[in-house]
Amino acid sequence: MATEAMEQLARREYKQGFVTDIESDTVPPGLDESVIAFISQKKGEPQWMLDWRLEAYHQWLKMTSPSWAHLDYPPIDYQAISYFSAPKKPEDRPQSLDEVDPKLLETYEKLGIPLHERAALAGVAVDAVFDSVSVTTTFREKLAEVGVIFCSISEAIREYPELVRQHLGTVVPQGDNYFAALNSAVFTDGSFVYIPEGVTCPMELSTYFRINAANTGQFERTLIVCDKRAQVSYLEGCTAPQRDENQLHAAVVELVALEDAYIKYSTVQNWYPGDEDGKGGIYNFVTKRGDCRGDRSRISWTQVETGSAITWKYPSCLLRGNESKGEFYSVAVTNGRQQADTGTKMIHIGKNTSSTIVSKGIAAGKSNQSYRGLVKVSPRATGSRNFTQCDSLLIGDKCGAHTFPYQEIGNSRSTIEHEATTSKIGDDQLFYCKSRGISEEDAVSMIVNGFCKDVFQELPMEFAVEAEALLSVTLEGSVG
Amino acid sequence: MLEIKDLHATVEGNEILKGITLSIKPGEVHAIMGPNGAGKSTLSAVLAGRDGYEVTQGTITFDGKDLMEMEVEERAQAGLLMGFQYPVEIPGVKNIYLLKSALNAQRAAHGLDEMPAPEFMKLIKEKIAFMKMDSSFLHRAVNEGFSGGEKKRNEILQMLVLQPKLALLDEIDSGLDIDAMKVVAEGVNSLRDENRAILMVTHYQRLLDHITPDQVHVLIDGRIAKSGDRHLAEELEARGYEWVIEEPAA
Repeated sequence: MATEAMEQLARREYKQGFVTDIESDTVPPGLDESVIAFISQKKGEPQWMLDWRLEAYHQWLKMTSPSWAHLDYPPIDYQAISYFSAPKKPEDRPQSLDEVDPKLLETYEKLGIPLHERAALAGVAVDAVFDSVSVTTTFREKLAEVGVIFCSISEAIREYPELVRQHLGTVVPQGDNYFAALNSAVFTDGSFVYIPEGVTCPMELSTYFRINAANTGQFERTLIVCDKRAQVSYLEGCTAPQRDENQLHAAVVELVALEDAYIKYSTVQNWYPGDEDGKGGIYNFVTKRGDCRGDRSRISWTQVETGSAITWKYPSCLLRGNESKGEFYSVAVTNGRQQADTGTKMIHIGKNTSSTIVSKGIAAGKSNQSYRGLVKVSPRATGSRNFTQCDSLLIGDKCGAHTFPYQEIGNSRSTIEHEATTSKIGDDQLFYCKSRGISEEDAVSMIVNGFCKDVFQELPMEFAVEAEALLSVTLEGSVG
Repeated sequence: MLEIKDLHATVEGNEILKGITLSIKPGEVHAIMGPNGAGKSTLSAVLAGRDGYEVTQGTITFDGKDLMEMEVEERAQAGLLMGFQYPVEIPGVKNIYLLKSALNAQRAAHGLDEMPAPEFMKLIKEKIAFMKMDSSFLHRAVNEGFSGGEKKRNEILQMLVLQPKLALLDEIDSGLDIDAMKVVAEGVNSLRDENRAILMVTHYQRLLDHITPDQVHVLIDGRIAKSGDRHLAEELEARGYEWVIEEPAA
């Protein structure tokens, strides 16, 4: 429910007392080896981790920022960013709700967020009132009983170095791309999940529970390993727009599924999109990749992207195991001046592998969005199948939707299907609904939700309900 | 219930309606007939509130309220419902969802809570059976891939669920075979009662064989040229519209 997600966020602010490895230091802006060494030392990391970071840094130095995406933004000055900063001190934050953007508060109200939680979400200096300790404890005990590890990546590096070292960077190597390399060098937090052989994780995992690592920073790193015949459903994000001081976000998520394992990863991304002129929004450059390493393994990505000024994101699957399955279900909504270039890559390597892509793009206002997807079937991946459905819905006449499907098929014994549609919410459709007594806003939301239902049904129930509400709020005032 | 006085309306600057006066009382069924281009569709569009039609003169009062001051959805919520000649397709939105949203919007406008799901399902099942429609209709997208006859049945189904005070039927008979026509007519007739009125716009007399009007009006060149009882329709069927045009307006 919404309140749970809100509570999760409220807890994010309440960090002192749980996170002992972050102190109130902030390094000056700029990036060099000494900054990386500082981060590594602050985190109490072993030497191999520092070496790994430095290796990534040296690769990053030789790389250039990708320019192929259909996005328009000014160059980012990486020397102007501070790569390690403690959470804002209460006195630096807004002192009351009066100092917060009224538009943001209005949105919270529409999403039905209780008053005391709105302040915490907006970053107001209040003490969170929730009893986080007991929640964490109960929940950890329950997971420990079945041997599931769920903690911050920093803690995992210290407590479970062998597991981390064995898997970190095996799905997204340090030099994979510009933003992944930067993340590998400077990541400061994120989640680590390990599900042992044969275990089905007894609850859906979300950052909601992972309280002590809740400061999902600018450079978040997540690693999820599912051993043979294990299963997990992981939820990332929150449906309330989150105020954030950092403009650049470059996260990396790696998923590893061994034989017969199943990982379901759901995201609702609603970062601050910027004001009406596109000022101040988050730049979201994320690398997400799942490795279906074992035979018959399955990885499913479901995402609802409504926030950020710029989204650059392609959750992908490497289908290495025979008969492994990859899935990508996506709803991307852009309004105002938002830009999104998002899609997926399905790389078929094992025999009889299959993948499903369902992408729904909704563009309103003066926004621009692109679906970019690659389906690659290697010569030995015979008997493989892909089904791609890629639909765009336009609202108004100042927005744009583009589709860039790429297919590289290396054998003749595989089946690839691609369906694409572009439609517009027509004045006639709106008039028809209104002539039935349905308001224009409800009509838009009804049509949009109908358009997205194939994806929403893949979301865990509670998320799906929130996602619908979120869409209505995002598209408010987009017509007329 | 509906009072139209000296209504003039233009489309893209051309005057189409040139002074229509019409009074419909509760319990009455009126039919407006006329040749192509007489202004029948424009009259429906103005009543429903479609964009692009400008009322330049005259008044329309619905249930004592100025209709021109009401938004499209407010008209529907107040009980003026239009059955379209060409209902639009809405991919992805299930029929049942549209029905439910429409019914609850109407209830909300009257200060009522949403109808509980079991009650709603009971109501829908009853109405859909009456319209001889298969329940699979409910789970198909609104009008998507419907035949002409299915679309018209669906329009009437919505009326049966929403129970309008004034049902406005725009060429509801077009594209219907005789069996579908009977079902549609039965649906419309079931709406008839002393508190409700029906205004049909039609080109042909055959609809009126199934739904008997109390009054028939002949619309020619944006004006009502002649009014009479149902026998006027029969006369029009036999003699065409020419004689009305030639006859001086009453």
